[in-house]
Amino acid sequence: MKDLIRIRDLTVRFYTYEGVVYAIDDLDLDIRQGETLGIVGETGSGKSMTALAILRLIPYPGKIESGSIVFCDRDSGGELDLLKLREDRMRAIRGNKISMVFQEPGAALNPVYTIGDQISEVLLLHRRHELAYRAKQRVDNLLSDGSGFASAAKRPFRQWQSRLYHKIGEEPHALEPRILNRMPLFRRLLWRLKDEAASLTVDMLKGVEISDAARVAIHYPHELSGGMKQRAVIAMALACSPELLIADEPTTSLDVTIQAQMLELFRRIKVDRGASVLFITHNLGVASEVCDRVAVMYAGRLCEVGSVEEMFLHPSHPYTRALLDAVPMPGKELQTIPGALADALNPPPGCRFHPRCPSATPICQQERPKLKTVAKDHMVACYLF
Amino acid sequence: MNTLVDIRRLKKHFPILGGVLRRPVGAVRAVDGVSLAIKRGQWLGLVGESGCGKTTLAKTVIRLWRPTSGHIYFDVPDEPKALIEELESDAKNSNKLTYLLKENDLATFSGSRLRSLRLRAQLVHQDPFTSLDPRMKIKNTVAEPLKIHRVLSGRAVETAVEELLGRVGLSAGQLERYPHQFSGGQRQRIAIARALATKPEFIAFDEPTSALDVSVQAQILNLLKDLKKEFGLTYLYITHELLIAESVCDYIAVMYLGKVVEMGRPEEIFHAPCHPYAQSLIAATPVPDPKRRVGRIVLHGEVPSPANPPPGCSFHPRCSRASKECHEVGPDLNLISSDHYVACFHPL
Repeated sequence: MKDLIRIRDLTVRFYTYEGVVYAIDDLDLDIRQGETLGIVGETGSGKSMTALAILRLIPYPGKIESGSIVFCDRDSGGELDLLKLREDRMRAIRGNKISMVFQEPGAALNPVYTIGDQISEVLLLHRRHELAYRAKQRVDNLLSDGSGFASAAKRPFRQWQSRLYHKIGEEPHALEPRILNRMPLFRRLLWRLKDEAASLTVDMLKGVEISDAARVAIHYPHELSGGMKQRAVIAMALACSPELLIADEPTTSLDVTIQAQMLELFRRIKVDRGASVLFITHNLGVASEVCDRVAVMYAGRLCEVGSVEEMFLHPSHPYTRALLDAVPMPGKELQTIPGALADALNPPPGCRFHPRCPSATPICQQERPKLKTVAKDHMVACYLF
Repeated sequence: MNTLVDIRRLKKHFPILGGVLRRPVGAVRAVDGVSLAIKRGQWLGLVGESGCGKTTLAKTVIRLWRPTSGHIYFDVPDEPKALIEELESDAKNSNKLTYLLKENDLATFSGSRLRSLRLRAQLVHQDPFTSLDPRMKIKNTVAEPLKIHRVLSGRAVETAVEELLGRVGLSAGQLERYPHQFSGGQRQRIAIARALATKPEFIAFDEPTSALDVSVQAQILNLLKDLKKEFGLTYLYITHELLIAESVCDYIAVMYLGKVVEMGRPEEIFHAPCHPYAQSLIAATPVPDPKRRVGRIVLHGEVPSPANPPPGCSFHPRCSRASKECHEVGPDLNLISSDHYVACFHPL
């Protein structure tokens, strides 16, 4: 399988008053086409930061220090380094080729716009030419069907509209629509674009299994339940058929039965659309349900990455094993990981996990272990292997 | 094992006020007729989705809220309970009944009686980030219950606080710190120390680990296990994570929309669930084992609003086995095998 995203030597640091926080330290990770990659780790392990770094949305005072994130566009076949792109090119990618679903659906939606408006916004921004094409077809149909006085009177106006939508669709920098779009009252002449976006929005909502989509589209976020809101956010992220969908703990705030519905939905997205999904979670159960491959992070570094079967049936890194042992399972004594999470301000030297590791050796304290392949599709960063 | 907490037909409705005069126009039936018995030394797990009334039940049992109706007996022998039942079935408001209720029923307590009860029953809240006062040093936070209940005074308070914090795994050097200087797991330890301060017999935990990471969660659960053994405590443990309930609890009650739908020992509930809701809840729980992925039942729809619950069995709109009977009458909890109760007309 070909790679979609290749992250190499990614380093993200936060320059805080207390000192420099190494949020991500030399991370190498690949996301393949059409796969669901899970990133698992505890709070502060840098899993969300990895996602934000891909979209170049690291908040202040964080900075991407070095490394590269190569995005291999499936449609055009070209390779782009996302970290070197100009900001306007990056904006064309965000929400279009790569989109994101956030943890808290209530916080991700704007409370003063309806669900439909918010999804339309994505389409109006990234899919303008498609909407214009559909609008033109609709006007042309009216022109050819219409008979009688009323439609004859509207004929010149409709012909002008048809030309206008043709221009929007074919020449993205045409002057006339751009001027119209800037003028508050005249902007309304482009209402068919909004109409088309609204009808597409309803289809999008149906696509994420919302049964009465037309009704939900005119609701405000506070009128919907948590599960419904998360569906709307997923619909918004899928609006432009992205090649990579990043989901940052999408089911953490939901109930188990709703969570099961969401996991089913994510599985279907992968199969139906062939999109890659980067699924960030701290719940190992959820990761084993939806992911094809799983990466485990600890204190900003990658510990282990491999296929789900390998990771859960033959976990190799001591941290992965400890994490799996800490999950409460019936008939099993609960194991805890001694010590506390590594201090982000002055992390331990060598392997970050060595102060808590039961099988640490002197070399673990001095040198950082490199990722080694231990089995097919299974890499571990540990001196035990 | 005798019963420590006996909850009978407990209801807690929150009024919905409407109109200019703010009259009640409806009620949110958060807890709608729950009967539960928690035996001394038991670790009872209360499982359910959000909005099903788990937290309301715990807060009502600790009497942070006054119940709408029903009885809560805390460490009451069987005879007065039986007498109250008998007098109530006569449907006469005799003076004797009023007296008995006032003496025994926690639901009617107030003032100093209630306060003396709170020495024996404590609550640990869900979110350790909001349940501790950010402007109080932790030694004062933990000492507060001791001072309010006048259990100890002077130097004795300080030694007791040190001992308590040491017991939950914090060092004496951290006494002077404020809550923001601690991590989530440590804060939850402080909250547990505060609950332990008055040496209670019964502690209700309201999702104590839902805000914590897996490894920290395991530490807290192990701590709770040790404390229970050491002090002979009785726990009411609320959680929405079934794996936790299955691995630590002695007895489990599954709630749906203000009612208990199934009660039983964990091995019965998890390996042979009888209520369709319990079954789909268990099937929907993700397990970290890629081999167990298949054969899940995804429940359609969402939990109805407790302000307007469906008639009959409240689960019937989402149930695959619902019949005409379910639409009309709500089933009662029936004993199907030893200590295993189900409220369903068509148990699996």
